[in-house]
Amino acid sequence: MAKQPEKKKDVGTTGHQWDGIEELNNPLPRWWVWIFYATIVWGIWYTIAYPAWPMLQSATSGYLGYSTRAEVAADIAAVEQANAGLMDELAVADLATVPSNTALHSFAVNGGAAIFRANCSQCHGSGAAGGKGYPNLLDDDWLWGGSVEEIAYTVANGIRNEQSPDARWTEMPAFGDILSKEEIGQVVAHVRAISGQDADAALATAGETLFLDNCASCHGDAGEGSRDMGAPRLNDAIWLYGGDEAALTESVTMARFGVMPAWSDEHRSAGGLSAAEVAAVSLYVHQLGGGE
Amino acid sequence: MSQSTDSPPSLYASREPVFPRKVKGWFRSLKWWIMAVTLGIYYLTPWIRWDRGPELPDQAVLVDMAGRRFFFFWIEIWPHEFYFIAGLLIMAGLGLFLFTSAMGRVWCGYACPQTVWTDLFILVERWVEGDRNARVRLWNAKWDLRKLRLRLTKWAAWAVIGLATGGAWVFYFTDAPTLFVNLLNGTAHPIAYTTMGILTATTFFFGGIAREQVCIYACPWPRIQAAMMDEDTITIGYRSWRGEPRKNSAEVKAGEPMGDCVDCMACVNVCPMGIDIRDGQQMECITCGLCIDACDDVMDKLGKPRGLIDYLALKDEEAERAGKTPIAVIKHVLRPRTILYTGLWSLVGLGLVFALFIRPEIDMTVAAVRNPTYVVNSDGTIRNVYDIRLRNKHGESRPFGLALNDGTEMTLSVEGSDGSLVIVPADDTLLLRVYVDAAAGTAAATEARTDFTFWVTDLNSSERAHTDTHFNGRSQ
Repeated sequence: MAKQPEKKKDVGTTGHQWDGIEELNNPLPRWWVWIFYATIVWGIWYTIAYPAWPMLQSATSGYLGYSTRAEVAADIAAVEQANAGLMDELAVADLATVPSNTALHSFAVNGGAAIFRANCSQCHGSGAAGGKGYPNLLDDDWLWGGSVEEIAYTVANGIRNEQSPDARWTEMPAFGDILSKEEIGQVVAHVRAISGQDADAALATAGETLFLDNCASCHGDAGEGSRDMGAPRLNDAIWLYGGDEAALTESVTMARFGVMPAWSDEHRSAGGLSAAEVAAVSLYVHQLGGGE
Repeated sequence: MSQSTDSPPSLYASREPVFPRKVKGWFRSLKWWIMAVTLGIYYLTPWIRWDRGPELPDQAVLVDMAGRRFFFFWIEIWPHEFYFIAGLLIMAGLGLFLFTSAMGRVWCGYACPQTVWTDLFILVERWVEGDRNARVRLWNAKWDLRKLRLRLTKWAAWAVIGLATGGAWVFYFTDAPTLFVNLLNGTAHPIAYTTMGILTATTFFFGGIAREQVCIYACPWPRIQAAMMDEDTITIGYRSWRGEPRKNSAEVKAGEPMGDCVDCMACVNVCPMGIDIRDGQQMECITCGLCIDACDDVMDKLGKPRGLIDYLALKDEEAERAGKTPIAVIKHVLRPRTILYTGLWSLVGLGLVFALFIRPEIDMTVAAVRNPTYVVNSDGTIRNVYDIRLRNKHGESRPFGLALNDGTEMTLSVEGSDGSLVIVPADDTLLLRVYVDAAAGTAAATEARTDFTFWVTDLNSSERAHTDTHFNGRSQ
């Protein structure tokens, strides 16, 4: 027989009344009460089995020893384990031939993109377009060479740093101590002329001899630059510090040189990249458009 | 527990078991045929082979979840073409509206899987336990060895049907012959076994135990159908003006004429929903027509005209009662409402077919890389970079040629490739990094924005597709 609602006289009311409508004080259904007790038991069991109670230093670790941090660590370890073969291959690969190995190249470029964003984008920009004083990695102009091997050498050892004994290292003298202001003006005019910009023809002609005497040893007779010296090419459209008269005058007078840290973990106590990571980020940069 | 007379009635009613009797007739035959065809389609479809080339599955109908493809004979649907599925669902909805407004619950009575499988389960039940009377006796009998044997036999047969139902379902999602072998030797994926287990249990429960209760209590469609039907809708009715007063009823007084109904209960006994159609239109009626077959059989034996229970429109029932000639069936079916539904249904259908024929075989999406907006090369060339995705929807790898629109001064090159030719693997998408260069001093290099078009050509078939985009120059 189906259970009928209890009457007011049997159970009384809760004492609440709204516009004459009273709330009966019926007992809770038994199934509901048992589920309520079961959730209490479950709750106690849960706080014993899983990390729950806050203590002074940390929380109780739980009987089952579960932690989300350990689960993430296990997930990361599993991914690294799965990638280990490709990473080992990459660490010893002949970099010039990797682009023809589709699977390895794809792995390297995607991994290299992540490494680039984490370690390189602070100076070179997230799109690798660089900025004043920080070379643009998308164009076809390279200070020290644009083959994968040259890029990898630069990444591993850096430029003008104390970390790596093999860092690329040259210095431009400050010509403000060597040439007069007038002579510097003539050299600047000559540089603007050979890079196809507007320049005073008379000054430029006068500056040519000064250029050949003072600058050509590194930058080349025609201003074609030298990768051995890390000396920028001057007869093109790309300027690391600016190609207008004021910027060029400042560069010649005060001298310029950029610094880049060594990234190989051989040269760093912390935050370094493994050989495979150096290879990956170099392959990534190489395929951005300017690679040689 | 207190009990008083003014207590509201209990809201629960236990099921009255239904034991449909065997029946022969036109509608019963139609239902057998529809059952054979629908079950045949369901069980055999996954086994149809369809050659799509070496790189693609050769199963005619395949829902490839892992590969995110849907194959239907010559049609292959990619995830971005899911609107085809949406369109088919809209057509299914409109189709149900059409059939319901024209012919009532014809879907429920003949084609609904719940009806078809329940029909099959009742057939098995009749083979094992006998016809209605034997089944009623068995139901009321005490449990003994015979009852146990019959029940176990019936349940085993139902379980086999359920297993075959779930078994056929999983074949739609992967290569059927391979999965069949794997299922037998125990190496199939646990999901396949789980799905089969669940579907076996639900088939057994819905077809064997729940039966008409699914239609009455669980299915929302009967409630929607009430809104779709009107007085022109063809449905099943009892010609009470002809049947009443029925023979042997208390209303019949000696000497007065009796109606045609002899109260033989044939229509009630064959009803799979357990109702009496003579009570008029009812929510439970699925219009399967079995009561028509049963009643016609009785009328034939009595030498009276058929059609005491018949398919008729509510309007006709009134007309006949008033002694007028009923309207022809075709005039009931053809009315503005059904014509409107047919029109909408056809419109969506034609739209889908049209979309299917004009959809490009080559699919290209172009995303301009805007970090940075342009790159200056040493000779002053301005370069823009584009990420281009090429989709090859064919079963073999295809060579594509990329080009810019005619008359542009800009040039194109592809990262990692010497020329502008790329090969996209079969049934795959290839991501390309494409460079567009404008020489120093040209219009494109010096203007802020230049519109141009990427063209991609299938070098085998000369089929072409294009995408418009623009080039960012170094504006002063």
